Amino acid sequence: MLIVQGLLEGLFNGLSIGAVLLVAALGLAIVFGLMGVINMAHGEFMMLGAYTTFIVQNVFKTFGSPWSETYIIFALPVAFLLTAGFGILLERGVIRYLYGRPLETLLATWGVSLILQQFVRSVNWVLAIAIVIFSALFFGGLWFIAKRADYDRIKTLVWTIMLPLSAAISGAIGFVLAQTFKLTVTKPWFGAQNVDVTAPAWLRGGVRVFGTFQIPYARLFIIILTAACMAGIYLFLQKSKWGLRIRSVTQNRTMSSCLGIPTQQVDSLTFALGSGLAGIAGCAISLLGSVGPNTGQNYVVDTFMVVVVGGVGKLAGSVVAAIAIGTVNYFVGSGTIALLVQPIKPLADFFTFFATASMAKVMVFFLIISFLQFRPGGIFPQKGRTVDA
Amino acid sequence: MVINLGNRLKGKSKNNLLIEAGIVVGIALVLILIVPLLVQGFRLNMLGRFLALAIAALAIDLIWGYTGLLSLGHGVFFALGGYAIAMHLQLAPLAPGTLPEFMNLYGVTELPFFWQPFASFGFSAIAVLVIPLLLGAALGYLVFRNRIRGVYFSILTQAATIVFFNFFNGQQKLFNGTNGLTNYKTILGASVSEPQTQFVFYTLTIVFLAATYALCRWLTSGRFGKLLVAIRDDESRVRFSGYNPTGFKVVVFGISAALAGLSGAMFTIQTGLISPRAMDIAFSIEMVIWVAVGGRASLVGAILGALVVNFGKSLLSEQFPDIWLFFQGALFLIVVTVLPDGLIGWLRTEGMNLLDKIFGGKHIATYPSLEEDPEVQRERETLNK
Repeated sequence: MLIVQGLLEGLFNGLSIGAVLLVAALGLAIVFGLMGVINMAHGEFMMLGAYTTFIVQNVFKTFGSPWSETYIIFALPVAFLLTAGFGILLERGVIRYLYGRPLETLLATWGVSLILQQFVRSVNWVLAIAIVIFSALFFGGLWFIAKRADYDRIKTLVWTIMLPLSAAISGAIGFVLAQTFKLTVTKPWFGAQNVDVTAPAWLRGGVRVFGTFQIPYARLFIIILTAACMAGIYLFLQKSKWGLRIRSVTQNRTMSSCLGIPTQQVDSLTFALGSGLAGIAGCAISLLGSVGPNTGQNYVVDTFMVVVVGGVGKLAGSVVAAIAIGTVNYFVGSGTIALLVQPIKPLADFFTFFATASMAKVMVFFLIISFLQFRPGGIFPQKGRTVDA
Repeated sequence: MVINLGNRLKGKSKNNLLIEAGIVVGIALVLILIVPLLVQGFRLNMLGRFLALAIAALAIDLIWGYTGLLSLGHGVFFALGGYAIAMHLQLAPLAPGTLPEFMNLYGVTELPFFWQPFASFGFSAIAVLVIPLLLGAALGYLVFRNRIRGVYFSILTQAATIVFFNFFNGQQKLFNGTNGLTNYKTILGASVSEPQTQFVFYTLTIVFLAATYALCRWLTSGRFGKLLVAIRDDESRVRFSGYNPTGFKVVVFGISAALAGLSGAMFTIQTGLISPRAMDIAFSIEMVIWVAVGGRASLVGAILGALVVNFGKSLLSEQFPDIWLFFQGALFLIVVTVLPDGLIGWLRTEGMNLLDKIFGGKHIATYPSLEEDPEVQRERETLNK
């Protein structure tokens, strides 16, 4: 009885860890499948989603009782849209120029992730206003000048004048603001400390299955959310016009382009979709614990592993990989396996050594490496005749 | 005729090699003899540490710049080298039978078996190179033999970083966990904190850096180097030409790991601390950016990049500790988008043009391959006669 309960508990917990991994890895897997690009800022997009949830929660708190309990429903689309917007910015602003150079893209997106981490730490009214003014001046100016016929000729000159000029003006305005209003505008919005999202009352507590084992509602919510995301993505990819285009570009970019599919738009859309899913994942993880600037870093490597193990051929690969990694992680980390093999002393000692959350990761990594020995392309590798997969 | 030409070319390249060796020795002598007169104490120690990091930059350049393998896990090898020497430094001043201080703290009664050989300096010095070498070669073999490459390889190395970080961080009893190994007293009977000893470390770092440079120079020239570049540019083609890239990749990854270990050891004895923080994801990626800033596939660039970025870092993070990450993030973006060939690449192209413009020199652009073609050069020489 005890062992059955332990197993059930382990399965459920593994499933719920896997669900978090899956919702985080889904976006990454789609983008990687389509463009061969690993977005190192994916974790930071999750973090942005979590912070969005925090903001939405605080806004809804001011509305009073019936509303403050429903904020999570509204936070999901807001987080999705916000991170999708950031995703489009990143794709149009940086990644577009680096196609065909995946390793450089990796470094560039790492740079973006550093900037986002620091941005969350130090963002305040001054910084926000300065960024808005800078963008208005610089990009507005560029848009204005780009209408001139001889733009290509004077491009370098325009950039060398406009960039420092806009930066100086926005910097000066920021400085003046900081001097006049002092602390009210220079106080960081979030700061370096973690912030807490309190789950609404209906997500607290849990349903008791039997004995002392109960399923927390928050975990259940995440599993359902993940399933909904999966279903949504599946329908979108299989049934919609754009989904068809995305699948076709994933299979053969050149051929799709020849047949008139706007690959650039497909790229932007997919990247936005992937980033938006990161935002939803951020909402989900905000229910599990406090959220800080480094939150994304804790998840990102695990989600990469999901993509590696799952392969990029089918979404089902990510599902299997996420649940497998989650379950193994939990079983090893919680010491359940050590308990099961107790009769065999050396084996039990071996598993007890790995029975902490961090040591479980060590073991999972070696399992992944050994798995890749016979399935190097993951569970569902991309099929095709290209030499360079 | 052809043989004659070959001989002459050989003579010429031999001459160039001698000049290069002379320059390297010259710079090393300046660093050892003259720089200590100009800067002292903290700053000199900093220079020594950054020169140690430059060895790691060379290691990265060897695999990324020349072979196209982007490792985001060299922090592991760096830290293993550091831990190897640090374990010796923990044991060196102890009387036989006593334990390092932190072990007493965690209630360890007996020296763990793998600590014991580190009591010998010779073993530790070899371990600094051999442990990362073996680990790198083993990991490399398991990954490369399955033709896992590109981004997949990078994220696997990154996962390895996390794994080793967790391992060292979690094992308080074995490695003192988060705090790492610190508080070194003596090495080979000399006090570690003495300025003279530190100067010896500094000198040794420069010697090792020069040796590493020579090794990388030797590896990247000649057939082996050509193969590395070929693997970088088109691995499938190398395979179709009848080579098996796996062996070459394993060898070069192992060597690179060993060099990172050496770098870690030299860094550790000059810093006085090695902790799991050296296996941070961020630190490993920073190593890559040194090379990217200096210039990929250029050994001088790697060294230059390591020095420039680290001095810039210490300067900027002293001035603006809060927004240092903004600078670093922007550096990644700028280097990748605007300066893909790094400082050295920029100097070679734009910088030369700029110099020509300033000094009004005339430079007629032709095809570079034509300029370097020995046949064409010979024709020119004979025509001029």
